[in-house]
Amino acid sequence: MAEEKPKLQRQAMCDRLAMEFQDDWIVNLGVGMPTLCSNYVDPTKDLIFHSENGVIGYGPLAPPGEEDKHLVNAGGQNVIALPGMAIVHHADSFALIRGGMVDVTVMGAYEVAENGDFANWRIPNRKGGGIGGAMDLAACAKQVFIAMEHTTRDGKPRMLKRCALPITAPGVVTLVATDLGLFKVTPQGFELLENAPGWSPEEIQELTEAELIISSDLKEFRFRD
Amino acid sequence: MKNKIYSSFDEAVADIQDGATFMSPGFSGVGVPRNLLAALHRQGARNLTGISNNCGTLDEKIDVGTVIESGQVKKMFAAFTSPTHPSQISPFVRMYNDGEIEAETVPQGTLAERIRAAASGIGAFYTPASVGTELAEGKEHREINGRTYVLEYPLHADFAFIRAWRADTFGNLQFRLTQRNFNPIMAMAAKITIVEVEDDIVPVGDLDPDKVHVPGVYVNRLVRIPPDGIFD
Repeated sequence: MAEEKPKLQRQAMCDRLAMEFQDDWIVNLGVGMPTLCSNYVDPTKDLIFHSENGVIGYGPLAPPGEEDKHLVNAGGQNVIALPGMAIVHHADSFALIRGGMVDVTVMGAYEVAENGDFANWRIPNRKGGGIGGAMDLAACAKQVFIAMEHTTRDGKPRMLKRCALPITAPGVVTLVATDLGLFKVTPQGFELLENAPGWSPEEIQELTEAELIISSDLKEFRFRD
Repeated sequence: MKNKIYSSFDEAVADIQDGATFMSPGFSGVGVPRNLLAALHRQGARNLTGISNNCGTLDEKIDVGTVIESGQVKKMFAAFTSPTHPSQISPFVRMYNDGEIEAETVPQGTLAERIRAAASGIGAFYTPASVGTELAEGKEHREINGRTYVLEYPLHADFAFIRAWRADTFGNLQFRLTQRNFNPIMAMAAKITIVEVEDDIVPVGDLDPDKVHVPGVYVNRLVRIPPDGIFD
C-alpha cells in the first residue's frame, strides 16, 4: 500500500523551508515543528529570529547547564542570547509584527487550502481556541510558510480546496512543506514543486483533495547537503 | 515619600473585592506573578474577570489556572482558551466546555494592544489581525488605504499583578529578558498595580533612569519575594 512507503522526516521538511530564508530576513518560528527550522544553518545568510514574547535576535536552544530561566522562545524553550539581541515588551513585539517587519513566519496547520487560507487554531467540538500570536503573524508577516503532515492520522487530506475548520487568516500561505513534498500556493492553486523520494505526483494527488498543478520543472525533494 | 512596600503578599491583595478585574502577565512560565496569584487564591475573592495570555498550564506551578480551578473567576480574556494540544485538558478547558466559566478568545497581539490602549488613553484602534476569521464576525470593519481592519477596544483592569526583577522603593521597575512580556503594559493599564520583586528592592536613586522599564508612578504596592517564596 502506498501509505506505508517512507515519508519525509519533520527535520527534512523544516530544512527545506529554511533553505528559502533569505539573507537579513527576520524569521518568526511557530511552536512545535517549525522550531526545527532553526536547526538548518546556512553560514552565507544572516538571519534574525524573532519570538512573539519580545525577543529579537535569539540563538540556538540552550545546552543543558547553560539555560537562563528568564530567556525562552515562543515555545517556552530556553534559548541562547546572541550578541546584539534585544528585548521588548509584548505590545512592542506585536508592533514589530503588525508593522510588517517579519519577513516570514513558519507555522504548523491542520488544513491549508488552495486559495492560501489555512486553519491552525480551533478544532471542532471544543469551545475556544489556541490562537496565540498566529492571527497577528498570519495577517502581517510578508510570507507565511506552513510545515505539516500531508494527511491526518486517519489518512484524510489536509491540502484542501477550501478549509473546513475556522481559518486563521485568508489567502496568506505562500509555501507548504509536507511529508510528501514542497508546494507553492499560486493564483491557480497548489503547484507541486518537489516530490518526496519514491512518491509520484499521481500518488501525492491521491492524498490531496485540491487538484495539484504539477510543476513543469518538477524536482525530487531537496535535502540539506 | 509614601511607603509602597508591603510586608506580605496577603496584605498586598487584602482589599481585592468580589467582581474585580485583574491582569496576570507571563509567557511560557516566565514573568508570572505566582506569589500574588497564590495570595489571591488564599484571599478568596470571587466573580473575578481575568486578563492573561493563557488560562493556566498543566504543570503543578501556581498560575492564573490556580484561581480559575478554585472557581474564583467568572470570565477570562486570553489568547489561549483551548490547549495547544487537544489532549491537554486543563481545569479551565473542562470548566469552559461545561459552561462554568466564560471566555473571550483574543489574538495575542490584539490582547497586548488592547491592554496598551487602556494604559495610553486610546479609545479604540483598528487592527488587521483576525480579519476574515470568525473572531472578526460582528465587529466593526473599516477599509483604510486599501486594507481591511477590525475595531478593537481597550481592556481595563482594577488590579495588575506584576513580576519584576528589580525595583526601587518608589516602584520604578526593571525586568530581566523575556520576563518582561506583558508585565510593563499591564503595570501601566490597571488602577492598582501590585508587584512581586524577585531580586531586590533598592533605595530610590540606585536605578539608572535610562534603564527603568516601568516608571514608579504606575506602581502602588511592592513586595519582595521572601527566601521561601516562589522564584521560578
